[in-house]
Amino acid sequence: MIGLTHYLGVAAMLFVIGVFGIFLNRKNIIIILMSIELMLLAVNINFVAFSTHLGDIGGQVFTLFVLTVAAAEAAIGLAILVCFHRNRGTIAVEDVNMMKG
Amino acid sequence: MIQVLAFYLFAVTAVIAGVMVVFSRNPVHSVLWLIFAFFSSAGLFVMMGAEFLAMLLMIVYVGAVAVLFLFVVMMLDVDFAELRGRVAEYLPIGLAIGLVMLMQLSFGFLAWQDVDAARPAETMARGVGNAHQLGEVIYTKYVYAFQASGLILLVAMIGAIVLTLRHREGVKKQSVMSQLYRDPKEAVVMRDVKPGGSL
Repeated sequence: MIGLTHYLGVAAMLFVIGVFGIFLNRKNIIIILMSIELMLLAVNINFVAFSTHLGDIGGQVFTLFVLTVAAAEAAIGLAILVCFHRNRGTIAVEDVNMMKG
Repeated sequence: MIQVLAFYLFAVTAVIAGVMVVFSRNPVHSVLWLIFAFFSSAGLFVMMGAEFLAMLLMIVYVGAVAVLFLFVVMMLDVDFAELRGRVAEYLPIGLAIGLVMLMQLSFGFLAWQDVDAARPAETMARGVGNAHQLGEVIYTKYVYAFQASGLILLVAMIGAIVLTLRHREGVKKQSVMSQLYRDPKEAVVMRDVKPGGSL
């Protein structure tokens, strides 16, 4: 029977794929943003799995908030990306050095 | 039985789609795989009994976020082949960190035990739908967090508009103020035009 651990396993795999994607595509910031979305999705699966397992609706409420923040983050991130591309003509992460950080 | 089959279908497709998001050569394909991963996860949400969140995932992610990604990928004129390049250089460190993370997660799994005594009281109302259950707590217990999330969306909207809005010089636009301040005495001039003549 499908239990909590199965869902946690899927979420762990998705999270590791997201981390892996960030390290693998260090130049393409669009892929990095998509990897962050994958990681947030894995966290959401964890939240909902525990919510169902414990019979506590709070996990699903927090999934709702994570979805909201993820949508806001994607919108801001892509807006910054468009702005950067307009000014510099590239989206390579290594070229983001205007602030000498 | 059908539940087990459905779980493995959704789980395997979600993981494969996640891998393809990372490894796809074309970013447009990556976005489409991301949409597929969201669909599979929505299926998992339905299996866990969170139908409302599954529909929300479809609407918010597939309908808005993924389309936003697709829009940006297609709008920006970027040579993505140039951005790939040295994958082989980052592969060992990426694999090492992924392996370490997977090991930590599995250690967490193995050490974790479900203790019935430590369980909180079940707060899910029985006999009503999932959306009903969520609605009962969002507007009461979590009302401040709910308002804060609305505020976050407002800030994100304003930020995205401010970041991408640009004023170009030399574009003809309607000026409402100058239209409103036009004076009929100056705007209209009476001329006496002779028949057959011109001004």
